[in-house]
Amino acid sequence: MKLNLPLDKETAKTLKAGDSVLLSGVILTARDCAHKKIFELLEKGESLPFELKDAVIYYAGPCPAAPGKASGSCGPTTSARMETFAPALLNSGLGAIIGKGEMNAATREAIKRNSAVYFAAIGGAGAYYGKAVKKSECIAFPELLSEAVHRLEVENFPAVVAYDCKGGSIY
Amino acid sequence: MREINTKQIEEKIYSLALSAGKRLTPSCIDALNAACIKESGGAAKFALETLIENARIAENENMPVCQDTGMSVVILKIGQNVCLTGKPLYDAVNDGVRRAYADGYFRKSVCDPLTRKNTGDNTPAVIHTEIVDGDNVQIDYLPKGFGSENMSRLYMLKPAQGIDGILNAIVETVRLAGSRPCPPVYIGVGIGGTFDSCAYLAKKALLREVGKSNPRGDIAQIERVALEKINELDIGCQGFHGAVTALGVSCECAPTHIAGLPVAVNIQCHCVRCEKGEI
Repeated sequence: MKLNLPLDKETAKTLKAGDSVLLSGVILTARDCAHKKIFELLEKGESLPFELKDAVIYYAGPCPAAPGKASGSCGPTTSARMETFAPALLNSGLGAIIGKGEMNAATREAIKRNSAVYFAAIGGAGAYYGKAVKKSECIAFPELLSEAVHRLEVENFPAVVAYDCKGGSIY
Repeated sequence: MREINTKQIEEKIYSLALSAGKRLTPSCIDALNAACIKESGGAAKFALETLIENARIAENENMPVCQDTGMSVVILKIGQNVCLTGKPLYDAVNDGVRRAYADGYFRKSVCDPLTRKNTGDNTPAVIHTEIVDGDNVQIDYLPKGFGSENMSRLYMLKPAQGIDGILNAIVETVRLAGSRPCPPVYIGVGIGGTFDSCAYLAKKALLREVGKSNPRGDIAQIERVALEKINELDIGCQGFHGAVTALGVSCECAPTHIAGLPVAVNIQCHCVRCEKGEI
């Protein structure tokens, strides 16, 4: 199934755990250190350097792009490390998460409550995902180097619906 | 006495690191292909097909197989008839790593454990040295990703727990890791030694080709039984369920104290990348 991002809530509600999808559109990378910063800004009630509402966050820290390439290798990282922060981001309007592996009950509950969705990308397929990135730009926290937030334009990015908004799970 | 300038070691580390980031070991590719045949369908088979295609893309496009190009683990076996000249050995190794990570467009993933500030060049490498007989230097280079490293465990078992205890430790580690370490995994197990040397044994076990057994029959039996039990867990590729949760189990053994039975379980994701060299 091909899906365009950002997802509207109506489409999100039709997705079922186990569905294979090809995602196209804009996603934002953020992993451990970026999440800590985003979480602290949300807690202080300060504005973020990007719009969170309906955004799709990809738990990833890409390799640098070689000359002539839009992106370096760019697979997902383990989602469980972002569990501390994920519910707060979902409650602030985050539309979808892309990562790999199970997440805790609080995150699954927040996904359900906010009609969001959790896509599992294929961990380890870094080169494959790097090729699916058509454009990449650092938009926040450049001082975090490989953990900075990048805005990626992706085409036919393969993933599997891992948690749907009705509480279904592939795990 | 044979003189070896450490610049030669730097150059060798540079080329091993550059290759390791961009290709799976042949035995790993064979194991992934075999796993794909075993899975009848569904998300696990789709994931395995993607991973096999990924390895092909990495080779054709000269890109890292996985964006986690790892923390560099370097094991140097130095012949006792070797005299090292030139810059300090550890500087040479780190210079080789630094240059490879820059020239290969690899991700720099090493940081201070408290401030989390990135060192910016993927150094320092974790360097082990062993003094052996002979007049050459053998190098094992293993870039270790941390999705899997994080799920590794060390057990200090009672001797009475024996082989059942060892098997339980291995299977429990994989069960608790679940979908997180990028299954299908490769399991390195250290049995014996001390708290620290046991973990090192587990790391060295990961250097063995996937599918190859320990030459000692009783250890090979532990490997076989552990692999069977792990694949009964139904975690499957990426946690999507299926017949293949692990590609293999590799155990290394060393004498231990009469009061103890240390078991270290080091998980490696399905991206088995290691290169060997010799000077």
